[in-house]
Amino acid sequence: MASLYDFDHEIDIAWCRGCGNFRILASLKNTLSELELDPDTVVLVSGIGQAAKTPQYLDVHYFNGLHGRSLPAATAIKASNRGLTVIAESGDGDTYGEGGNHFIHAIRRNPGITNIVHNNMVYALTKGQASPTTRVGFVTPVQPQGVTEEAFNPLAVAVSLNAPFVARAYAGDEEQTSEILKKAITHKGYALVDIFQPCVTYNKVNTYQWYKENTYYLGEDYDPCDRPAAFAKALETGKYPLGVIYINDDRPAFEDTLDAYMHDTRPLYERTIDLDGIKRLMDSLRT
Amino acid sequence: MSIVFSGQAGQGLQTLEAITTKLFKRFGYHVFSYSEYMSRIRGGNNTTQVRVSSRRVASYTRRIDIFIPMQKDAMRRFHDRITHETVIIGDRAFIEERYLEGHYPVIEVPLTALARDAGGAVYGNTILLGLLSALFYVDRQLMEEELRTFFSSLEEQRLQKNLHAAEIGYEEGKKLLKPGQAAISIEHSEGVERELLMDGINAVGLGALAGGCTFVSSYPMSPSTGVLVFFTQKAGRSSVVVEQAEDEISAVNMAIGSWYAGGRALVTTSGGGFALMVEGVSLAGCMESPLVVHIGQRPGPATGLPTRTEQADLLFVLHSGHGEFPRAILAPGNIEQAFALTRHAFYLADKHQVPAFILTDQFLLESRYNIPELDTSKVYDQPFIVRTEKDYRRYTLTESGISPRGVPGFGAGRVRTDSDEHDEQGFITEDFGMRTAMVRKRLKKMDGLMEELLPPAFIGPEDYENIIVCWGSSYHPVIEAVEMLGRKDTAVLHFSQIYPLAPDIAGYLSRARKKIIAESNATSQFGRLITCETGMDFDLRILKFDGLPLMPEDIYDALNGQLL
Repeated sequence: MASLYDFDHEIDIAWCRGCGNFRILASLKNTLSELELDPDTVVLVSGIGQAAKTPQYLDVHYFNGLHGRSLPAATAIKASNRGLTVIAESGDGDTYGEGGNHFIHAIRRNPGITNIVHNNMVYALTKGQASPTTRVGFVTPVQPQGVTEEAFNPLAVAVSLNAPFVARAYAGDEEQTSEILKKAITHKGYALVDIFQPCVTYNKVNTYQWYKENTYYLGEDYDPCDRPAAFAKALETGKYPLGVIYINDDRPAFEDTLDAYMHDTRPLYERTIDLDGIKRLMDSLRT
Repeated sequence: MSIVFSGQAGQGLQTLEAITTKLFKRFGYHVFSYSEYMSRIRGGNNTTQVRVSSRRVASYTRRIDIFIPMQKDAMRRFHDRITHETVIIGDRAFIEERYLEGHYPVIEVPLTALARDAGGAVYGNTILLGLLSALFYVDRQLMEEELRTFFSSLEEQRLQKNLHAAEIGYEEGKKLLKPGQAAISIEHSEGVERELLMDGINAVGLGALAGGCTFVSSYPMSPSTGVLVFFTQKAGRSSVVVEQAEDEISAVNMAIGSWYAGGRALVTTSGGGFALMVEGVSLAGCMESPLVVHIGQRPGPATGLPTRTEQADLLFVLHSGHGEFPRAILAPGNIEQAFALTRHAFYLADKHQVPAFILTDQFLLESRYNIPELDTSKVYDQPFIVRTEKDYRRYTLTESGISPRGVPGFGAGRVRTDSDEHDEQGFITEDFGMRTAMVRKRLKKMDGLMEELLPPAFIGPEDYENIIVCWGSSYHPVIEAVEMLGRKDTAVLHFSQIYPLAPDIAGYLSRARKKIIAESNATSQFGRLITCETGMDFDLRILKFDGLPLMPEDIYDALNGQLL
């Protein structure tokens, strides 16, 4: 299906055949098309890794920055031009490992951005080492005895920090993933979508089949506004719940709390130097 | 006249410094002040030097004319600076025995008791202000007016008590002005009362505003935090987005993100914080993003001396960031330059799409003195951003190396920027030819930076025998030292742009028979840079790295007998 976000020429994609990233890319394109956003105002921000190459493969503005640093850049982009739709998209290693501190503080700060994390529970581009979400016991060339560290639980962390929107998707299900992404992008404030993504080359444990068998969708009767229930869902590991785990509409978005927009709603690039203001400040130093 | 107040943290030295300098300036005296203080919230021993003069003064001196001890142990760190000419004024309890044996001019004033009578210890500083006002012949009416302005937020009763305390001090001071006693004679200077009284922090902040700064992201670190506070307090009503980041890594990535989206971002930090930002500097280099970084230097390595001063991050900043890309480094020598060069840094960064650094230090940031005016006539309000067309390419290869910079949402083109090597559109590439072209393009921007180079300031006679090279905040101490020496054959060459370095430096040096450099670090970093660029070496290096500012006397002593 052709979309506004397709290129009109062939592109060379650096992913392995059968990679879950293809499915996420398709879901994202589908989501953006269905939301009917002005493509001139959509900005993708990513770090480093195979997932972080996603912005290269659809026709959008992008900022492909440093490993782990997509969230500070995405926050500032939104804060500098509130009219942009900003999506930070990277992998589990990038977002939860190298960028762990930014992940925590972005949720606290609450910029109006969508944070898509391709979570394949492994470092693929560096050839198969453990990631923060790798499960205990997983054997890698660097963890030959199996991983001993507790897996990072991004959803529980996000709920504990009262993130406005917390969801988990499964890359293999493009339709549901698109639906979840649509809700995330239209939600006010920071939205986390952690997407289970099979890695066909470096993760022979968490396969398409494994995800199918070890996940389930939250039912219609589930209330994502109930924070203790959401926290309990986020902690489930036997079978992992998919869908919107938590919603909280009470927090103002970071960019809407800024003084800089109280008296002037223009994006920063439209502003000019206030020489009179500077002279007033100078005069205050004369007495 | 150099007055030193010596007390402990929390005793109100900052208030005393602020009101004394304001009042003396209002009366028509030139003033300068600087505080050296310990990295603690209460206690310890901190001192403030206030210089009052009939001519402009802008350096911290070893000389102390009046020493005012305000706590026990107030004098312990100053035995080498208190001389037989230093007048010691204050409570007997705070004056060490050795000074009470008749060899030093001591004026005992029971400040503690007077403060108690005036309503409590908090009035001690106001009594002191009154006393100094009388000693310096400041008009009593003017003193009252200044107090009313300064304490305008206090309730009436507290204000009255302060006015009363000042009166007590004034009367005490008048008693000291008996015939036969040494009197202070400083001439008024016309117009000084209308001048600006400011520190380097305000100068950097105002300079950033004048440069069009619209975004500040930083993590607090002495001595650079003042600049962050400038934007939240002084410039709070303006249109600047200000955010305290979770760490310096976030701060610099936010800044680059903001530039990408059309903001004009500043980060303010010190050496240790900048160490965390270095990868971001390289990102700006690769993305060809403008970036303005203010670094208030303090002594390292590691945490070093958090509240003190040094010029030891020059080579670090010069070499920061992996890979090869151009940059500009500016080092203001005084408050006027701190303003002008911060503004200039925004211009250079935006026009040439490079990181631009403003290298100050704790001494420059926290020195306060009066200056006639800041030149606001230069406004860089050029739109460096272009409206993009459908076929826009962010990294179009050009003759100058500079590609028109678009921002997302302004025009019909896509703005793609990448930390990976990229092609003209911004897509990742591993094409060797494109890689070579992009490296050349980035480095080509050096030519543009060279064309806009700020030449060093030359002060002195054309036919000099000796030349003293200095940079950044060493400007005033070196100038004052040369004046003290009274030499007609000695010139000063001050650099406010460190990189790119002025190519004519070899000419200046080769005309001198004796080449001297003065800087606040242990390994002569600027001297080594000059040697590296010109092959010329120095005959004498005056280096200071104890944490205190370079003082005119340091340079005077080091030069005495060394000049041709």
